[in-house]
Amino acid sequence: MTTVHEPELLLGVEEPTEQHERREPGGFYRWVTSVDHKVIGKNYMYTALVFFFIAGLLAELMRTQLFNPNGHVVSLQTYNALVTIHGSIMLYLFAGPIAFGGFANFLVPIMIGAPDMAFPRLNNLSYWLYLFGGSTMLFGFFTASGAAAFGWTGYTPLSTATYSPGPGPDLWIASVAMVGFSGIFTAVNLVTTIFYLRAPGMTMFRMPLFVWSMLITGILILIAFPVLTAALVMLYADRHFGAHFFTVSGGGVPVMWQNLFWFFGHPEVYILALPFFGMISELVPVFSRKPIFGYKGMVFATLAIAGLSTGVWAHHMFTTGTVLLPFFSALSLLIAVPTGIKVFTWIATMWGGQVKFNTSMLFAIGFIFAFVMGGISGVMLASPPIDFYTHDTYFVVAHFHQVLVGTTVFAMLAGLYYWYPKFTGRLLHEGWGKANFWTMFVGFWVTYMPQYLLGLRGMPRWVGQYSPSFTFLNRVSTVGAYILGLGALLLLVNLYVSWRYPIEAGDNPWDGHTLEWATSSPPPAHNFHSLPPIRSRRPVWDMNHPEYADAKVPVVAGGDESAQ
Amino acid sequence: MTEGRHSGLGRLWRRTRGAVVVGVGGASLSACKLPTFGAYTGNTVQGNSIFHLWQGFFVASIFVGGITFALLFYAIVRYRRRSDEIPKQVHGNNPLEIFYTVVPVLIVAVLFFFTVRVENKVDAVSRHPALRVDATAYQWGWKFYYPAYHVTEQTEGPTGYPTLVLPVGETATFKLVSLDVVHGFDLPNFDFSRYALPGVTNYFDFTPQQTESFIGRCSHLCGLYHADMLFYVKVVTPAQFMSWIHSQQGR
Repeated sequence: MTTVHEPELLLGVEEPTEQHERREPGGFYRWVTSVDHKVIGKNYMYTALVFFFIAGLLAELMRTQLFNPNGHVVSLQTYNALVTIHGSIMLYLFAGPIAFGGFANFLVPIMIGAPDMAFPRLNNLSYWLYLFGGSTMLFGFFTASGAAAFGWTGYTPLSTATYSPGPGPDLWIASVAMVGFSGIFTAVNLVTTIFYLRAPGMTMFRMPLFVWSMLITGILILIAFPVLTAALVMLYADRHFGAHFFTVSGGGVPVMWQNLFWFFGHPEVYILALPFFGMISELVPVFSRKPIFGYKGMVFATLAIAGLSTGVWAHHMFTTGTVLLPFFSALSLLIAVPTGIKVFTWIATMWGGQVKFNTSMLFAIGFIFAFVMGGISGVMLASPPIDFYTHDTYFVVAHFHQVLVGTTVFAMLAGLYYWYPKFTGRLLHEGWGKANFWTMFVGFWVTYMPQYLLGLRGMPRWVGQYSPSFTFLNRVSTVGAYILGLGALLLLVNLYVSWRYPIEAGDNPWDGHTLEWATSSPPPAHNFHSLPPIRSRRPVWDMNHPEYADAKVPVVAGGDESAQ
Repeated sequence: MTEGRHSGLGRLWRRTRGAVVVGVGGASLSACKLPTFGAYTGNTVQGNSIFHLWQGFFVASIFVGGITFALLFYAIVRYRRRSDEIPKQVHGNNPLEIFYTVVPVLIVAVLFFFTVRVENKVDAVSRHPALRVDATAYQWGWKFYYPAYHVTEQTEGPTGYPTLVLPVGETATFKLVSLDVVHGFDLPNFDFSRYALPGVTNYFDFTPQQTESFIGRCSHLCGLYHADMLFYVKVVTPAQFMSWIHSQQGR
C-alpha cells in the first residue's frame, strides 16, 4: 500500500480534517505554537536569516574598521567582541540551523513521503532552545564588560575567568550550549525520521541525495555536538566552580580545550557543508534535466567525508607542536578526494544536459567556483609546513570564508531560490534574483582574494589595526565586503517584492524530480493528499516523463499495484 | 551502465589523464625558477624548503583547479538549455567515476610524500646549535633571552618592541613558552610560525640565509592588545651579532 489517500468517504460524512484544520490557531499564535515541521522549518529559516544579517552587519563594521591601518571606528576590545560574535553567529546560529533546522526540517519529511517529523514536539523544543540560546549570545553586548572577545573558538586560557572575566563570556557559553542541545535534538529527529518514516517504496538507495546528506549530517551532529557541550560545561566549571581542566597552575591542560573543541569543530565544518552539498545535488540534475551522475558514488563520497572528518581535528593544531603531523595531514589531504568526487559529479551531471541558468542555478555555479577555490587553498593548509607559514593569517581567513560563504551562503541561496516556491507558493523574482547573484558573486571575489595575499605577506587574523604596508589590499577587501553586503540586501528586496507582488508558482515550477514536487505549494497539513508511486529515485520525473522514466515498470499516477 | 555512451566522456578521460600527469609532475618540480606566488621565499634553510613546498602545491593547484574550472566553463557554455528536448538520461559511468576517484588519491599521495619530507626537515632540532634563544610570550609582549650570553631583549612599553637578532648562516635553536594565554610566534619572512602555549615547551631551529630586517607578530588572538604585539627581527653577520651581544652585555 503506497498511496496515502485522504479518506474520501469520511470527508463527506463528518469532515474530520476540515474541522481539525479549522480549529488550528491562526496568525502569530500559530507560528509560536505549531508543531508542524513546515512551520518550525520556516521559523528556523526566518530566525537564521535575521542572525545572518546581524552577523553580516558586524562583519561590515569590522571591514570598516580595517579600511585604515589605525581605524578608530570601534575600540580594540569591541573589535575582538565583533570578531567573536560574528564568527559565533555565523557558525552556530546561522549556517547550521538554517540547514538542519530550516531546510531539512521542512524538506526531509516531504522528500521521503512522511506526514511530519518523528518527534514534532521535540522539534518545537529545538526551535525554542535555538531562539533563546541565540538571543542569549547577543545579550552579551548589553553587559557592562561587553560580549565575549576570545574568538569563536574560545581558546583557553584566554576564555577562563582570569583573562575574560564578566558575564559576556558566560552568556556565550550558555548560548552555545543551548544551541548545541537544539542541534542534538534536531539530529535525533532527523535520523529517526529518515530511518522510520519513509513512505513505502522509498528505499534507502532511492532517497534524494539531500536526504542522504541530512542523515549523515545528523549522525555527525550526534558524534560532535555532545563533545562541544561537555567542553563548555568544563569551561564553565573552570570559570565558576574552581575546576582546573584548562589551567596549568591547577594541573590542567589548556591544549585539551583545543582537542575537544576541534573534535567538535572539524566535523562541524562538514555538518555545515554537507546539507548544502545535498541541495546542490538536488537542483543541478533538475536544471540539467538529467539524473545525478553516479548517485551511489555521491552517497559513498558523503559517507567518506563524514568518516574522515572525525579524524582530522588536529589540523587546526599543527602549530601547537603537540600533535602527530603525518597522521592528521594524511587524513586532511584525503578529504579532498570525496569532495573532488562531488565537484566532478556535479559537472558530469551538467555534461550533455540542457542546463537552465536561472538564479538558483547561477548560485549553484557560483558555489562550485567558490568551493573549488576554497578547497584548493584547503589542500595547501592540510600540509603542515605550509600551515606553519600561513596559520592564523589572513590566508586562513580567506580560505574558510571562501568555503563557508561559498557553501552556506551561495549554495543556501541556490536552495532558497529553488525551494522558495514550495515554501510559500510564490516564485522569487528572476530579475532581482540575478542582480542578487551577480552583486554577491563580484563582491565575494573582491573581498576574499586580496585576503590570501595579505596572509602570505604576514597579516595575522583578529587584528583591529595593522601595519600600513597592508593598507591597499585591506581597502580592496573592504570595498568588496560592501558590494557583498549590498548583494545580500538585494535578497531582502526580492523577498519583499515576492511578498507584495506575488508570482504564482504552481506545484512543480522546475519540473522537479523528487516527492516534494508532487504535493501542493505550500504543502497541506501532513504534506500529501496522495503520493505518487515510488519506483525509482525520481518518482515525480517518472510520472511526468513516462517515456524517459527511471522505473522499470510503467508508472501510473495514483496507482500502487507493484509496490511489493 | 551506458558504457561508451559518449565519445565526449572518453575524450574527457584522455584529456584529464594527460593533464593530471603534468600536474603531479609539477608538484614534484619545486624548481627555483618558478614565481613566488605571493609568498616570501623563506629566509632560513627551513623556511626556504617550506617555500619550495608551497611552490609545488601551487603548481599542482593551478593544474587541478585549471582543469576543474575549464570543465565547468565548458559545461556551462556548451550545455546551456537551447531547446525543450530532453537529453539522454545518463545515470553514471563506472570507469569514469573510478578514474576521478583514483587520480585524486594519487595526487594526494604525491603531495603527502613531499609534505612529510619537508615537515621532517623543518621540525628537526639540532643537537649542538650555534646559538640558543629562549623566547617567552606574554600579554602583551615578548622576551628573547640568549642563555649563553645572559642577554635579554624584552618589550618595553606600548611601542618598545623588542628586537630578535640572529646571525646569518648559523643554526639557532629556539625554546618557546607562554606565561599566560595562547600566542602565535609568527615570523612571516621565515615562512614559519609556532604557538606559544602555557604548559607546553616548543623547540625549533632557524638557520637564516641572508641578512634582512622585518617585523614579526603575534598571530593568535591573545586579548586586548593582540594587534600590537610586534617584534623586530634582524638577521646580521656573525661579527655584527657579536658586537651587538657585547653592547647589550655592557648595558
